[in-house]
Amino acid sequence: MPFGLTPEEIAAVRTSLVVGARATAVALPLAVAVALALVRGRFPGRGALNAVAHAPLVLPPVVVGYLLLLAFGVQGPIGGWLERAFGWRLVFTSAGASLAAGVMAFPLMVRAVALSLDAIDPRLEEAARSLGARPLDRFLTVTLPLAAPGVLAAAIVGFAACLGEFGAVITFAASIPGETQTLPLAIYAALQAPGGEAAAARLASLSLAIALVALAASEALARSARRWVGR
Amino acid sequence: MSGLVVDIESRLGDFRLAAAFEAGPGVTALFGPSGAGKSSILSAVAGARRPDRGRIVLDGEALFDSGRAVHAPMEARGIGWVFQDARLFPHLNVEANLLYGARRARGRPARTSLAEVAEVLGIDGLLRRRPRDLSGGERQRVAVGRALLSQPRLLLMDEPLAALDAARKAEILPFLERLKESFGLPILYVTHSFAEMTRLADRLVVLEAGRVTVQGALAEVLARPDVPLLSGRADAAAALEATVAAHDAARGLTRLRAQGVELLAPALDRPEGAAVRALVLARDVLIAREEPRALSARNVVPARIEALTARADGTVLATLGAGDGARLLSAVTRDAVEALGLRPGLAVWAVVKSVAVEGTREPGLLSVLDE
Repeated sequence: MPFGLTPEEIAAVRTSLVVGARATAVALPLAVAVALALVRGRFPGRGALNAVAHAPLVLPPVVVGYLLLLAFGVQGPIGGWLERAFGWRLVFTSAGASLAAGVMAFPLMVRAVALSLDAIDPRLEEAARSLGARPLDRFLTVTLPLAAPGVLAAAIVGFAACLGEFGAVITFAASIPGETQTLPLAIYAALQAPGGEAAAARLASLSLAIALVALAASEALARSARRWVGR
Repeated sequence: MSGLVVDIESRLGDFRLAAAFEAGPGVTALFGPSGAGKSSILSAVAGARRPDRGRIVLDGEALFDSGRAVHAPMEARGIGWVFQDARLFPHLNVEANLLYGARRARGRPARTSLAEVAEVLGIDGLLRRRPRDLSGGERQRVAVGRALLSQPRLLLMDEPLAALDAARKAEILPFLERLKESFGLPILYVTHSFAEMTRLADRLVVLEAGRVTVQGALAEVLARPDVPLLSGRADAAAALEATVAAHDAARGLTRLRAQGVELLAPALDRPEGAAVRALVLARDVLIAREEPRALSARNVVPARIEALTARADGTVLATLGAGDGARLLSAVTRDAVEALGLRPGLAVWAVVKSVAVEGTREPGLLSVLDE
């Protein structure tokens, strides 16, 4: 085994990466849309949207997990409908772990995107408009490219937050090895087991290594993204 | 019907805009002090601002008509807009910036190509660069090119030189003159600079406090004794279309030929044969009944008095015909009119103390007027 890891520990790493990547991929476009609405939009309900998007930041993660259980559980309004309509079940599944992690990471991603959208001069969009660009065209060719460093930052921050999420994931998706047991859950499980300190230490080191790699990658990407947008 | 017709009313807080004017081929300058409503008019024509009432018609097509609830969106108007700050897209290189509008021209006939625009504006060497690597003057030229390549039916220029220093202005002005000659596009040019206005405009719309006070051909408006833009500033002036006839480097002079009148001006940085616009202020022209000799002024022109107009300040404005239809103005006192027996039809000599031509090596009279 590489680094003396057991198959269970390798499964935890893989679960973490899969859960994080899927959550980030789904949450990122939503975060861009919500950030755009919050930064540029003037509509009734903007305050409510702001509150909902940022709620996971201030709620205890266990509460978020509990609320997800209420909504997406088999008896819940959304979860019940998903099961009846598509046969999808989120509770205690890897997809459910992604949902819980993604919801927790969402406010961080929205903030990162909003910050970069806020820094874009709206007069550039006006210039694009005077040159004949319609709204979607303007967004895709001016706004989004200029916000690219922020979107990239959001992806990395979101991914890192997903890897670290504990409370919401264990509440909504439980700790099933190979399915929903991400690294922090595996560390916690190892510490609960007699003689599991060595496994916990290995997993913790692995977490640290993944975090450092992600951080270095984000720095390098952000630098080249800033160069690319001409800042 | 070709050209632009604007007749709009708008209220913005305490400011009321009520402007009606027309702009045909060539450069129409919207001229007036800051806050006169020049930029508001431009925004309304571009479609960035919706007036309260009125009509904006371009080439017979209503872009805005409050009576018929017409308000074409900005992206569908086919109007190029050059901003005071160039507003280039920082993530695109110069070529991609230039082509941004060209790719969205929606089937409007192509009047010009990338190659031609780059050549006329002198930016063919910059195509691979990013906006952050350009000087202020280069950025502004790229912005002009980008607007031109969107194949607009009308070009709006909102003080395109205001953010630049004197050297950059001098660098761009010749390009704007070429633009006018090369592309035959109606241009609405907002400025509060007397120098830019007299150098570029064919037609003048003078604005004050949201209203059009006077409009017409440049020479006509400048010659009007009652024009507020000139009162207390430069007085009335005659604008002459001239060509550079010869340079006299030894004496630091350039000889201009303007509608049959020869005038000496300070040395110009333009080649022989180049078309320039010379400005002669009424206060810089004296009238003599006999040919003056041993005079420090170098320009003495035989002329005929066409009209004498009494002005509110007690002086008289004499309109003088000279050469082949050239017209000069002279501000004289009522006392002088009587003492010299001046009357329409009389043959006189016009003594021109100073000829202003923008583009001289020294900061010319026109730049001084802008101070």
